[in-house]
Order: sequence, then C-alpha cells, then structure tokens
Amino acid sequence: MDYFRVLIVDDEKPFVDTLVNRFNKRNIDTTGVLSGEEALELMKEKLFDVVILDIKMPGGMDGIETLREIKKVQPLSEIILLTGHGSVETSIEGMKLGAFDYVLKPVKLEDLLVKMAEAFEKKDAHDQKIRSAKIRELIRFPGRVLEQEKEEK
Amino acid sequence: MTGQRWGDFIMKTSLYSNLQRNIIAVTLLVSLAPLILLGVTMYYQFSRTCRDKIEEQIRYRAGAQAEAVDLFLKERTAILGAMAASHSLSEMILGKNLSRVFEVMNQWAGAFVDLGVIDNAGQHLAYVGPYDLKGLNYYQQPWFAEVMSKGIYISDVYTGFRQLPHFIIAVRRQEGQNSWILRATIDPDIFGGIVRSAQIGKTGDAYLINRDGFFQTNPRFDGRILAESKLNTRLFGGRTTVIEQENRHGRKLLYAGSWLKNDKWLLVISQDPHEQMSGLFMARNVEIVIIISGILAIILATIFTTRLTVSRLRQSDSRMNELNAELIQSDKLAAIGKMAAGVAHEINNPLAVILQKTGWMEDLLYDENFQNAKSLEEYKESIKIIEEYVERARKVVHNMLGYARKMEPHLEDVDVNGTINQTIDMLENYARTNSIDIQTELDPDLPIIAGNEAQLQQVFMNLISNAIDAIGKNGLIKVKSGRTGSDIAVSIIDDGPGIPRDQQKKVFDPFFTTKEAGKGTGLGLWVIYEIIKSMGGSITIKSEVEKGTTFVVNIPIVVPEKK
Repeated sequence: MDYFRVLIVDDEKPFVDTLVNRFNKRNIDTTGVLSGEEALELMKEKLFDVVILDIKMPGGMDGIETLREIKKVQPLSEIILLTGHGSVETSIEGMKLGAFDYVLKPVKLEDLLVKMAEAFEKKDAHDQKIRSAKIRELIRFPGRVLEQEKEEK
Repeated sequence: MTGQRWGDFIMKTSLYSNLQRNIIAVTLLVSLAPLILLGVTMYYQFSRTCRDKIEEQIRYRAGAQAEAVDLFLKERTAILGAMAASHSLSEMILGKNLSRVFEVMNQWAGAFVDLGVIDNAGQHLAYVGPYDLKGLNYYQQPWFAEVMSKGIYISDVYTGFRQLPHFIIAVRRQEGQNSWILRATIDPDIFGGIVRSAQIGKTGDAYLINRDGFFQTNPRFDGRILAESKLNTRLFGGRTTVIEQENRHGRKLLYAGSWLKNDKWLLVISQDPHEQMSGLFMARNVEIVIIISGILAIILATIFTTRLTVSRLRQSDSRMNELNAELIQSDKLAAIGKMAAGVAHEINNPLAVILQKTGWMEDLLYDENFQNAKSLEEYKESIKIIEEYVERARKVVHNMLGYARKMEPHLEDVDVNGTINQTIDMLENYARTNSIDIQTELDPDLPIIAGNEAQLQQVFMNLISNAIDAIGKNGLIKVKSGRTGSDIAVSIIDDGPGIPRDQQKKVFDPFFTTKEAGKGTGLGLWVIYEIIKSMGGSITIKSEVEKGTTFVVNIPIVVPEKK
C-alpha cells in the first residue's frame, strides 16, 4: 500500500484516539479531530487522501454539512461515512453528494482498511488521470501549465 | 387460558345466556299474550252467543208447548161445557144418554177416561167409565166447592178414589134454582203424551209441575208423576222464564218454564246445553288446535331466531375482541420499536469504542516487550472473546435497527414460490446436517406480486430456520403455498416440540426467545411480524405441544404495475 494520509472525524474522543493509534501503528499517516469545524480548519492547511467522517455528530456541524464543505475545500479527497444502522438514508444522501462509501458502526478495523484501500485506489487512479492530463498539456502548452502551478502555490 | 380469561369467558357466557333468555321471554310474552287473550275472548263470545241461541230456542219451545197444552185443556173444557149446556140434568141421567154424550165427546175431542154427573149435594148421580164410582158423594171434596162457586174447575193430578194419578175437568150447569156438575177425567197418558212431545235430543225433558213443584205428568228423567221435582216454581214468573240449575246428577241444565193460562201448572222444558253446543265444542277444539300450533310455531321461531341473533352477536363480539387485542399488540410493538431504535443507536457508539480499544490492545500485544509475557495467550484469548461478544451485541442492535430502519419504498416483481425455493436452497445444508427433510407443496399458479423480495426472503428464512432450530434433529418441515381469496398464504409446518399455549401470544414480542442464552436474540419473529404488517399482510401461529407448530403468512396480492 502506498503512503497515504487519513483524517478521522468523530465526536467520540476515545474512538478517534484509538483509531488514530491503530492506523499509525500500521504506518498510515492519520490525524483525528472531534468536530466538522476542526476538520475543515485542518483541511485548509493539509491535504488528505481519505476522510473518515461520522454522520451523526451532536452539536455543531453534522456529517452531511461537513461533507459538503469538505468537497468545496478538497474536492479530490475520498470520504468514507461512518453510520449507525438507522441513518442509512443519510448515508445514501451523502453518497449522492460525492462520498465514496459508508460503513456501519461498530466496524472491524480490517473491514475499514479494505474500504480505505479501495477509496485510496480510486483517488490514486483519479490523480493519475489528472497527472497524465497535466503531462499531456505540459507537452502541448508547457508555459500555461507552469504558470498554473505557480498560481496554485 | 389464564384464570382471568376463563373468568371473563364464564361471565360472558352467562351474559349471553341471560340475554337469550330475556329476549325469548319478552318475545314470547308479547306475541303469546294477545294470541291467548284473543282465543279466550273469541271462545267466550262464541259460547255466549251459542248459549243465547239455545236459551232462545228452549224459551220459544216452552212457550209454544204451553200454548198447545192450554189449547188442549181449553178444547176439553169447551166440549164439556157445551155438553152440560145442551142437556138438562134429567136428560143427562136418563137411561143411556150419558154414555152417548161420552161417546160424542170422545169422538170429537178424545182423551176422556170417564164422565159423571153430580148434583148440588155432591151425589154422583150418573157415571160412564171403567170405574164404579156411581153413588159416591163428593160433597166433602175441596174441588166440589170450587166448581160450585167458579163454574169451571181443572184439578191438580191426584189419585182420588181410584188410586191412580189423574186429573179432572168439571163444569157447573145452572138450571133455574138448581145446579149440577158435569165432570170428566182426562186420560193421563194422552195428556202426558202431548206434554212429552216437546222432549228432544238425548237429554231434553218436558213435563208439567204444579205450584208446589209436584210433577203433573211423568218426566223423562229424575222422577215420576206426583213426585216432588227439585224446581222452585217461584223462580218462574211472567210468561216464559229460563233458569240454569243443577239436576240431581250435578249437571247444569237449562230449564224453561211457561205458566199455563190456569196459572196452576208450569210447563217445564229442560235441556242440557252441552248437547246443543257440540258445534261450539267443535269450533273450540279447532280454535285450540290452531292456537296451540300457533304457540308452538312462535316458540320455535323465537328460540331459533334468538339463538341465531345471540350467536351472531357473540361472533361479532369475539371478532371485536380479537381486533382490539391485535390493535393493542401492534400499538405495543410500535412503541417498543421506537424505543428500541433509540436505544440501539446509543449502544452503537460505545460498541464501536470497545471494539477499537480491544483492537488496539491486540495490536499492542504484538510489541516485542509483550511477546515474552507469561500470560500473552490469556490476553489474546480474552480479547478474542470480547470481540465475539461485541459482535453478538452488534447483531442484536442490527436486528433491532433492521426493523427501525425505514426502507425506501421499493417495489419489485416478486415470485413468492421462487423466493421460497431460494430460501430453502440456502438452508438445505443446515437442515441436512440435522437430518431434517424440507418438503414443499407449492401452488404453481401463484401470481407475481409487487413487493420487496429481500424482506420476503428474510421472513421465510427466519421462519424456516426457526423451524429447524425448533426440531433440533430428525424431523420434517413442510412449506406450502396457495391462494386464499385476495391473499397468498404460505404455511411453514414443523413437527417439532410445539409451543405451549401461554407462550404463543408472546412469540411476536421483541426479545422473547425459547432458545438458550446467546443462541437467539428474540427479534426474528418480531421483525417478521413488522415486515409482514408493513406489507399489509398477517401472520398467525397454530401450535400444539408435542405435535408441532404451523406459521401461516398471508401476503396480500398486489398486482405489479405494467411497465
């Protein structure tokens, strides 16, 4: 598995902490935050490949709202929704809004890892496409791409 | 049945039988009372009319007969008077003259037994007749004085010198200073015959009595001439009077009495009214038969219709009770469902944390410094068990939420038989390892319905796997499908140990299970119940201990929209 960065958003601190520990132990660069607002703050500064987002977070932004905002900040990161069984409809709504998939709580780490790998592969394939498109463009109009790169930074 | 229900049952039963009794009583009273009243009134009126008629008849006969007797006496008196007037005393007693007169009288009128001439000293001067009465002196006889003063005399019946009951008619002839009497005896048989001619029927009688109540002619029954009758003549007044009186034998008879013109004799006609009223009795019997058959018909009809009504009432009552029970049950389940959904949700988060923490501990066990720990295996084992139990808790919650989850309305074409077959395929292995045979009797003509195949499969899956679990080992499960009206009915029949009556009501309650702890969540049938209810169908259980259990699922036929 390639090196990738993961953000976990859940209001249950022990859950987030443990998951972060376990991912990091498996050499996955993982960060945990406890609310949608924190997640958005962080994502403005740092790129994440996969975001694991709890749909039900009492107080503050809920999962779907956070999802919308994340898609604005980092449209290319893949989002896996964490859901209780009762909120499957919400998960489906989330997927319509661009989430990659959803998993039911409580989830075994192995299952979550499989989903994350799939998400990363998708993102990776997508990045590859973007990269090759850029290369094609670079070959055709080297100047324009370089200028764009400069603007983005 | 519990004690409470049994009590209700008895109470209701007596309620129904009371109701039935009351309805029958009131209906019978209302319908029979007028009928009986009508019958009695009709009979009473009819018998009155009948009696009036009989009375009228007997009164008329008494009057007519009295006239006939009067006429008879008047004729005899007239001819006697005529003979006396047309002969002088000397002529009368001379030679055979009196015999000739006697012959003429019998020739023209008849019924004379003898004839005698008596002078004003009471001496019997001449006599024609069977008795030797010539020479007797009547001066002392009470009638002699009467005839001498009144001119005409008709005696009561008496025995007299001849010692035989008879009566006489005597007339006085005034011849200058001298007067004499012509006296005749009337044949009592002829006279009696005239009176008796008014007797009719088997019980009718006709006779004369004098003012003192003594028979003047021979009655047909109850006495003979000169004997005392039981009639009180003072009861008879005017021309003709009808009275009712008991005779010697205690029978009530009608007596019509008509005084003769001489005011001495009463002509009596008696009659047993019952003899004349046979027509009435016939009518009465017919009436009684009609009324009794009417009463029987009313009683039978009343009992029949009342029973029918009460049993209908009872049926609808029990149907209503069932509906109420169903309503309460579904209310209860809905409330529990909402609560369960909320609780399940709250349990998910802790479970997630527990699972991750356990996983973290497991991860840590692979660190070098733990590898040499003495109880490493113990830790691993404990963690495995914790994970297993989290998994079990997770299943409970999932099942609960499986109900609480609102599926999007999602209808597809469902082949019920196909769904049953798929389900059985999935469970075949499980059944076979337990030596359980699954047989099917599926109606091949079932329509394709619009529904949710996954849900339906869950229903069959749960029911059949429950049946397998119930049997344990060695048994038979039958799955039948067929149409009943507008439903498809699927029966799952096992020959397992059955479910006791008191538990049957609870099988659809959440968390009710007969399986040992850890084997069943008690949610399977509850979820089925909810799924089938949401389809608009129903599920029923029939079970007998030791014989097995049958679940019948009724699914309404919803025709898929044409695409």
